[in-house]
Amino acid sequence: MEEALVAITLTVNGKRHEVAADPETPLLYVLRNDLKLKGARYGCGIGQCGACTVIIDGKAVQSCDVPVSGATGKQITTIEGIARNGKLHPLQEAFIAEQAAQCGYCATGIIMTAKALLDTNPKATEGEIRTALKGNLCRCGTHQRILRAIQRAAKEWRS
Amino acid sequence: MSTAENTPRKLPGSLNANRRLDRWLRINRDGTVSVFPGKVEIGQGILTALSQIVAEELDVGLERVRLAPTDTSYSPDEGMTSGSQSITDGGAALRYAAAEARDLLMQRAASQLGVSLEQLTVTDGTIKARSGGSVTYWDIATEDLLKREATGDVPPKPAGQHSVIGAAIPRRDIPAKVSGAPSYVHDLDLPGMLHGRIARPPSYGAKLAALDEADVRTMPGVVAVVRDGSFVGVVAQREDQAIRALNRIKRIARWEERGGLPESTDPRFLLKETSEDEVISEKGDQAAAARKAKTLEAEYTRPYIAHATIGPSCAVAACDDGRYTIWTHSQGVYPLRHDLSKALGVAPERFTIIHSDGAGCYGHNGADDVAFDAVLLSRAVPGKPVRVQWMREDEFMWEPYGPAMVVKLKASLDKDGNIVEWIEDIWSNSHSTRPGAAKGVNLIAAWHLVKPHDPSPPRNPPLPGGGSHRNAIPIYEFPNQRVTNHLVKRMPLRVSALRALGATANVFAIESFMDELATAAGADPIEFRLRHLKDPRARAVLEAVAAKAGWKKGEKGDGARGRGVGFARYKNGAAYVAAIVDVEIGNEIGVKRAWVAIDAGLVINPDGLINQTEGGLIQTVSWVLKEAVQFDRERVLTQTWLDYPILTFDEVPPVEVTVINRPDLPPLGAGEGTQGPTAAAVANAVYNAIGARLRDLSFTRDKVISALA
Repeated sequence: MEEALVAITLTVNGKRHEVAADPETPLLYVLRNDLKLKGARYGCGIGQCGACTVIIDGKAVQSCDVPVSGATGKQITTIEGIARNGKLHPLQEAFIAEQAAQCGYCATGIIMTAKALLDTNPKATEGEIRTALKGNLCRCGTHQRILRAIQRAAKEWRS
Repeated sequence: MSTAENTPRKLPGSLNANRRLDRWLRINRDGTVSVFPGKVEIGQGILTALSQIVAEELDVGLERVRLAPTDTSYSPDEGMTSGSQSITDGGAALRYAAAEARDLLMQRAASQLGVSLEQLTVTDGTIKARSGGSVTYWDIATEDLLKREATGDVPPKPAGQHSVIGAAIPRRDIPAKVSGAPSYVHDLDLPGMLHGRIARPPSYGAKLAALDEADVRTMPGVVAVVRDGSFVGVVAQREDQAIRALNRIKRIARWEERGGLPESTDPRFLLKETSEDEVISEKGDQAAAARKAKTLEAEYTRPYIAHATIGPSCAVAACDDGRYTIWTHSQGVYPLRHDLSKALGVAPERFTIIHSDGAGCYGHNGADDVAFDAVLLSRAVPGKPVRVQWMREDEFMWEPYGPAMVVKLKASLDKDGNIVEWIEDIWSNSHSTRPGAAKGVNLIAAWHLVKPHDPSPPRNPPLPGGGSHRNAIPIYEFPNQRVTNHLVKRMPLRVSALRALGATANVFAIESFMDELATAAGADPIEFRLRHLKDPRARAVLEAVAAKAGWKKGEKGDGARGRGVGFARYKNGAAYVAAIVDVEIGNEIGVKRAWVAIDAGLVINPDGLINQTEGGLIQTVSWVLKEAVQFDRERVLTQTWLDYPILTFDEVPPVEVTVINRPDLPPLGAGEGTQGPTAAAVANAVYNAIGARLRDLSFTRDKVISALA
C-alpha cells in the first residue's frame, strides 16, 4: 500500500525535514499534513486563488501547484516562519492594526505574497501592491483594509 | 387561570426560546465569565461584538469573557446564524441575561456586605460598598445563582453609561488567523485522522451506472470506498491519496445524466414556469390614480450567483459505537443535527455537533452537505475521524446558488413628477432550502443514497423579513401600489440563501426604476427619492451620503464617467443604507470610488460595522460587474475561478463608510444591508455616465456593448 511513497527532504522555515510522500504530491498537502503547518490553505488546487501561497527561494508560489519533489533543495518559507523572536512579522502586525480580515481564510496567502514583494521592493507603490496581489482572491471584500495594512508595513520596513 | 398567565412572557431575542440564565452565562471562580452563544462566527466578527455586550452589561473586563464554541451538547439553540440577526437575537439575549446576572450578583453582595444596593459600585467584577468592604463576582457566585429562568425585568444599561459597547474593539480572532495558527475546521488534525473525498455526479440527478470499486480500493493509501446508490466517496490515509483516488473514480465511473436545466442563463425562463402568486402589498387612492400623466415600464433580472467561498466546505466526523461527533462550519448546528438524524434514522442525541470556524460563508453554502458526507464516510472506518474537504469544483457545482430573479415594474407619474401608482411583479425560486425543515432532508448526499430522501419542500420566509420578496415592497410613499410575488416552485438549479436573499434583486430593480422615473420627471435622483420618503432616518442616510460624496444636483456624467445612488432599509425593518458609486467605463465598467451611509441603530462595534459594510459593498460590486453561474441543458459549467471571475485587488474601489450611531435606539441587523443599494447605485452610475440603462445583471462587457448599440 505504501509503495508510492518515497523519502523527500525539504527545508522549511530554515529547518530540514524528511517526509515520505508520493513525489507528485502538491507541496501544500505535505506542509499541512506531514509538517502540520496549517497556515497555507487549500482554495482551488490549481493556482488560481492564492490561499496556499508560500515563498520558495524568495518568490511567492502557490503551493497547491508545485509537486513536493520540485521543492527539494530550495528554501521554503511559510506563514509560520516569518515571526521573529516570538514577535509577529510587521505585515502580520499591520493586518491586526488595520483589522484587515473578515473570515481571514485568504489572509495568510496574501501576507506571503506581500512579503515576497516587499522583500525585493520595499518601496512598492499601492499600484504595484495591487498588481502583485492580482492572483490572491478575497471574497469578503476586505481588499482596502488589506492594501492599507500592506502599505503600513511597507512604511515601517523603510524606516 | 387566564391564558395570559399560562403563556410564559416573551423575552428579548433568543432568550425567549432558551430561558435559563445558565444556558448563556457562567461566572467562574477563576475570575472568568463563560459565555455560550448559539450564534456562530462566519467572518462577520460576531463573537467580538457579543463579548462586548457581556463585558458591558456585567461590568467585567473584556479579557475575562470566554466564549465557548457552539456545541449541541450545551449551547442554546439559536437556529441559524443568518439574516443579519445575530445582534438582534443572540446579542439581545446576552444583553438581558448579563444585565440580570449582574443584578443577582449585586443583590447577593448587598446581603453579604449587609448594605443596601444603592451603596454598591462594581468595577471589573469587584463590588465595593461605599462604607468599605468588598467582594468579587468570583467569590460570591455559586452554581445555583444562574440556575433560574430569566425574567427579562432587569433593563440593560442606558446608552450614556456605555464604555465597551460602541467601542472599536479589535476582533479577538484576527491575531491567530493572521499568524497562520490552526483556525478553521479545515485545520483540525486529530490523532488517527483519515482523509475523504466525494465523487459527486457530473450533474444534478445523474445516476451512477457503473464503477469498478476494486480498481480504486487497490490504490495506495485507500482505506475504504463508500458507495450507496449514486453517492460515492473514498477514504485514504493521506489527503493526496484521497484526491488521486477521487480522480480515478471520476475517470472510470459511468453516469446516466438526465438534463433538465433551463434553456439559457437568462432568468426570464422563470416567467414560463408555474408559480404560486400572492399580492403582498396593495394600496389604492382613486384621486391620485386619476392624476397619471406619464407611465413607465421596465424589467430587471439577476442571474444565479454563487457564494464562492475561498475555502471549499469541510467537516470532520467520527463514528464511535453508534455515536457521531462532527466538527462543522455550519450556520446552524441544531438544524444540521435535525437533518442528519432524519437522514440516518439515528436519534438526535447520538450526534454531538461542534462549530468550528470556516471560510467566509455569505449564506447557505456546502457546510451542512459536507458534514453529512463526512458522517457517511466515517461509518466505514469506525473509531477514526475522517476529514472531508470539497474540491473547488464541488463547491462551485453543488453549493445552492442565490436564485435567478425577474422583477417587472410599472409606475406612473403625475404632471408634477410625483409617483402616483406603482405596480411590481417578482419571479423567483425560494431562497431558503436549508436543513431543519419538518419534511424531507436538505443534504445533497441524502438525495443520492440507494434509499433517497426527498429534498424539503421550498420555503419562503414570511414578510416583513421575507425571502424572495425581501424588500420587494417599496419603502417609499406611493398612493397606489400593488406588489405581487410569483414564487416558482420548480428549482432546476439548486438554490438557497445568499447574503440578502431577494433584497439584492428587488432593491436593484426598485432603485434603478426610481432613477428612471426621476429622469422622466426631470428630477435629481436624490431629491426625487426624498420627495417620496417620510421616515427621517431614511432621509438622513441619503443626505449623509450625498454630503460625503459631494453630490451635485442634476450632475450629468461625461460619457465615460458617472455616479449613481441607491438606497434601502434592509428587510424594511433593519439597517438603513444609502450608497453612491463613481464608475468609469472603458472596455469594461470599473467602480472607482464608493461612499456608504448606514444607520444600524445602537452600534456595538463601529469598526466591525464598517468592515461588514465595506465588504458588503465590494462583494456586491463583484456580483454586479462579473458574476453569473454558467450552465447548459445538462450540467453546471462553472467549476473553477476562470469560469467564475470575481473582483480582484487591481479592481476594488476605495469605500468610505459614514456611520450614523443611534445609541438610544435598538441595534439593527446590518451585515446584509449594502447589497441592494450598491447594485442599484452601479446601474444608476452607468446610466449617468453613458446614458444607457443596464437592467440585466451582471454588467459584463457584452452587456455594455449591447446597451450602447
